[in-house]
Amino acid sequence: MSFPGDTLVVQDLRKSYGTVEILHGVSLSLGAGEILGLVGENGAGKSTFIKCLNGVTRPSSGTICFCGKPLGDGDVSTAISAGLITIPQEFNLVPDLSVAENIFLGQEPVNRFGWLDKKTMHARAEALLTRLGAKVSPEQNVGTLSVAAKQMVEFAKALAYDCKLLILDEPTTVLNQNEVETLFQVLRTLRDAGTSLLFVSHKLREIITLCDKVAVLRDGELVALSPTSEVDEQELARRMVGRNPSQMFSEKPAAPAENEVALEVEHLDVEGVLHDVSFQLRRGEILGFAGLVGAGRTELAETIYGIRHPSAGHIRLFGSEVRFANPGQALAAGVAYLPEDRQGTGILTSFPLAANVTLSSLQQYCHPAISCTRENAKAQEYIHSFAIKAQSPQDLLQNLSGGNQQKVSIAKCLDTHPRVFLFDEPTRGIDIQAKAEVYVFIRSLVAQGMSCILISSDLEEVIGLCRRIAVMRDGTIAGFVQDDQISEESIMFLATGVEKKK
Amino acid sequence: MSDNKRRHLLQWLSAYGPYLALAALLLLCCISSPGFRKPQNLLNITRQVSYSGIIALGMTFVIVAGGIDLSVGSLLAFAGTLGILAMNAVGDSWGGLCVAIVVSLGAGLLGGALNGALINVGRLPPFIATLGTMSIFRSLTLQIAHAGTLTTSNPHYGDMGGAVFLGLSLPSWFLFVLTALGAAILQRTRFGRHVCATGSNERVARYAAIRTRWVSFATYAMVGLLAGLSGLLLGGRLSSISSSTAGQSYELDAIAAAIIGGTAMSGGKGSLAGTLAGVLILGIIANVLVMWGVSANLQDTVKGVVIIAAVLLQRKPETT
Repeated sequence: MSFPGDTLVVQDLRKSYGTVEILHGVSLSLGAGEILGLVGENGAGKSTFIKCLNGVTRPSSGTICFCGKPLGDGDVSTAISAGLITIPQEFNLVPDLSVAENIFLGQEPVNRFGWLDKKTMHARAEALLTRLGAKVSPEQNVGTLSVAAKQMVEFAKALAYDCKLLILDEPTTVLNQNEVETLFQVLRTLRDAGTSLLFVSHKLREIITLCDKVAVLRDGELVALSPTSEVDEQELARRMVGRNPSQMFSEKPAAPAENEVALEVEHLDVEGVLHDVSFQLRRGEILGFAGLVGAGRTELAETIYGIRHPSAGHIRLFGSEVRFANPGQALAAGVAYLPEDRQGTGILTSFPLAANVTLSSLQQYCHPAISCTRENAKAQEYIHSFAIKAQSPQDLLQNLSGGNQQKVSIAKCLDTHPRVFLFDEPTRGIDIQAKAEVYVFIRSLVAQGMSCILISSDLEEVIGLCRRIAVMRDGTIAGFVQDDQISEESIMFLATGVEKKK
Repeated sequence: MSDNKRRHLLQWLSAYGPYLALAALLLLCCISSPGFRKPQNLLNITRQVSYSGIIALGMTFVIVAGGIDLSVGSLLAFAGTLGILAMNAVGDSWGGLCVAIVVSLGAGLLGGALNGALINVGRLPPFIATLGTMSIFRSLTLQIAHAGTLTTSNPHYGDMGGAVFLGLSLPSWFLFVLTALGAAILQRTRFGRHVCATGSNERVARYAAIRTRWVSFATYAMVGLLAGLSGLLLGGRLSSISSSTAGQSYELDAIAAAIIGGTAMSGGKGSLAGTLAGVLILGIIANVLVMWGVSANLQDTVKGVVIIAAVLLQRKPETT
């Protein structure tokens, strides 16, 4: 349902990366002076949707009509000059410039000689900040400001352009309660002045408090669009996750036969990241770790693997206390970690497949010169057993697809012969076929008695593979769910903290 | 299909480009200049390029690991000067030579280790750290030698510097043998693989349990040691070393040779044989320009053009 006067009308928006479609035809409209909340799980397509709107990426098909004119040609400056401004999670501010200079960055007022007109700039910045009710001086250096104040500068920057639609991506994650209230006040003022707002948040309570309408994205589809007065938090959480269980997870792996504890973490603290984390991982178990982005799951894995260093607490591996100073010690003790960011920390794209496989286990192939024959033979073994699509062990990884790269990354970890395997988002960004293969593979590992931790934002995946799931929130474990209690709702409630406040 | 063929051709060219260029250059020079093709001249070239060439081998390791070292030229002068100073302090001539060898190599190694520590413990950007030590090493050298030339009358030192085996001078032997040794280390040892991985993506290497800081530190120590060796050999040539000009701009020659030889400035890949080709290309150009009677002032222009052309040619396969 859309009206001619709507600020934003999106029709059948689709976006594919390669052969994978992320958005499956999203249609929605937003009137002037309206606040629309956008919610969805990690990977539901929220950021892709935003990127299509603000021109960071070009949609594969569909139309975006903004103030009566078409958008969506994949050009950021068109969107900005039309009045569609995005305030990103990570601010785009230059810390060494003043507030006023930041506000007018790229559209600096100049006098008739072409020199910067600092007086006008300061006066206009002052006016914008006053309008927002922000107590920030235009002359101050942005680097010295608090996070909330920086956010206000971003708002002022948006207003300096003639902003008709403001997109806010998780604006409250960095704010405390008072700052959130101030922010909401500002947003309501903007709405009343006729600006439309698209508010993306994980926090359902905030959506209900602030927004006029709420849209729910799930797996790239718009599954609900209704006035906030008609829904409550529980209803939203259900809509976010409620989908049919897929065929991919035929049967959960058997519960571990023995009760031997492979890995025990007790009261683990990492300065500013983790707080009082305790759990036990049994031999032959897959322990799932669910939670929202930024809940501290990756940080926990990195601490166990020796990349980060705990400030307090204990880690025990098969009963003996360990404290790894670096990943080398962790691997030597039998703890392997599959990093979440495949290209940033997992594999070397400019290296051949074989050299990637042996990256952590090279010692086995040296006496003392590297035996290329043995290296290639080993790589060939993995190509065969993991069904990696590559022509030879000397293929460069940059020529392989994401799924095949991920298999190589797993092979690299496995070649160190670990006893405890930490998987961090093992199926992110890979196709269905490769996903299924990764699941089969994880199952076969635990069947052989290996213990696995599975960090995943894909709830279907953790639920399908794990009998016990730890849910993290704000750097600590919010709770465990196991066997019959496992459901997407129970996990989401723990992850968002909704249940606690009920 | 033709596109694929084109890519293969370009990949082949980028892999063998430096050697083809070297062969073509040699052919051109031999045909065009009778003075050039005299065997004695060719042997002279191998000696002339060996001093900065030995450093270029170490520089290749540093660049492949993702770093850069600007201080090697100054470090050469510093190590060479200290070596002669120590030699003169010891009365015995054989003993003096041994002391000089230990002192020069030791000073080079320690100087390189200092760079490595500043970069990997002090977390300074390599460019800044080695720019600083470049200045420091040169200035200390000038102070020690009172801004003049230090000489020695130790006969064995001169004998060593002028030694010739099977027609090749001692420094040339070092250059060729160390190239082979370096190539084996880079391609066939764990350390070499770790150097490439560190330069290719330091974070990936760290997550793969490679001690990247140690690897980087080792490359700087290595190039320092080679600078010390080069200083020792250069001093032995005339039994003297000039505190102001010895090793001057060798760091740039070394970097240029590595780049001409196909080492990626961004790190991750490189070849010692390629660097040797780069060293020889630069030496041949410098030599033949004199033979051709080109003004000495213009020699660096030609060098600059060669460096730029080499990088432009090598970039092509990646953009297609």
